[in-house]
Amino acid sequence: MAEVNFLVVEDSPTMRQLISFALKRVHGSKIVEATDGIDALKKLATQSFDLILTDINMPIMDGLKLVSLVRGDDQHKKIPIIIITTEGAEEDRKKGLALGANAYLSKPIQTAELLKLVNQLVAR
Amino acid sequence: MEENGFKPIKNKAEEFLQIFRKGEEFTQEILKENEKLRFKVVQLEEENRLVKNSEPGMVRTLEEKVAILTEENRHLMERYTEVEMENKGFAEKYLEVELENNNLANLYVASYQLHSTLDFEEVLKTVLEIIMNLVGAEKFTIMLLEDKTNSLKAVAAEGIALDEIPEFEIGKDIIGDVARTGESFFAEEGPDRAKGDDLTKPIVAIPLKIKEHVIGEIVIYALLSQKEKFNDVDYELFSMLAGHAATAIFSSRLYSQSERKLTTIQSFLDLIKEKPGK
Repeated sequence: MAEVNFLVVEDSPTMRQLISFALKRVHGSKIVEATDGIDALKKLATQSFDLILTDINMPIMDGLKLVSLVRGDDQHKKIPIIIITTEGAEEDRKKGLALGANAYLSKPIQTAELLKLVNQLVAR
Repeated sequence: MEENGFKPIKNKAEEFLQIFRKGEEFTQEILKENEKLRFKVVQLEEENRLVKNSEPGMVRTLEEKVAILTEENRHLMERYTEVEMENKGFAEKYLEVELENNNLANLYVASYQLHSTLDFEEVLKTVLEIIMNLVGAEKFTIMLLEDKTNSLKAVAAEGIALDEIPEFEIGKDIIGDVARTGESFFAEEGPDRAKGDDLTKPIVAIPLKIKEHVIGEIVIYALLSQKEKFNDVDYELFSMLAGHAATAIFSSRLYSQSERKLTTIQSFLDLIKEKPGK
């Protein structure tokens, strides 16, 4: 099976490790971590990714800004994006999806739910 | 004249002979047909005899086959039901294993992160991250025991300003009582009731213990809106935090203190070394 390249954008080392830990179960996964939106954009400029998983509340550049920038970029606009955040209100969810995220997960996350979503998006 | 009188008789005789011949031909045909029919009857009688002789055996064989097939079908249906049940069992087991896997991953990551640094501030940040991201708390604080005042003082918080959180004397209110007894507190009403406005009434208070010695507490006032109730893993996390967060906080604090002392001693030694030369 081909490689599946993930970009995990999260300022919390605990969450980064937890998400990466779960993604390692996807066959052929290669995980790159970024600590905020700017860091993610730098990594997007040098590597190609099959899926981006991003938090919203991060320093320097938040996840919503990252989503809108990725969707506005011709080279990366088709990369599926999952938002993983503590912001669980319906309006936050709608805002994230309206900006172009493919899915929205509220913390605390369940590994099985995350993997199901990841597999669906990667299979597209 | 005589010839004329004989002619009609002759004609009639010929007619009669003709009719007789036709009658003979017809009789011959009937006889032939009769012969054919006799043969057919014999044939049918023979077939009938064969069928009569063989039918009971065939029916019995077929009945036996039907019985075997019915039994096989019943057996297959039973096996199908068994496999269905097994399958259901496996699916349930898979979900259990998935959940357990999720729980273990949470515990592993939390424990790993707690012990990945000796920096006091970083340890506190990690504890906050674990409570927020893994438990799903919105408003909470970490309190440490002040030996001089015998009270609990907040050293880190999320969702509340540190200076808003009062100090709690040992034995006073729920928070003070948890520090005194070393027993965790979970609000009987569950997390739903909590609005988190009254800082003396937490929904959860977990003592941070090294062996039986309480060094502080994790106090939760409110959960994230999407978090409706605590799961098994939350209690596991609380239990893990009670021990691991306590040792991580305690050892990082000691390390920070020793680092400060080392810097002071080093400065003092440097000063002594410099003096004789001057």
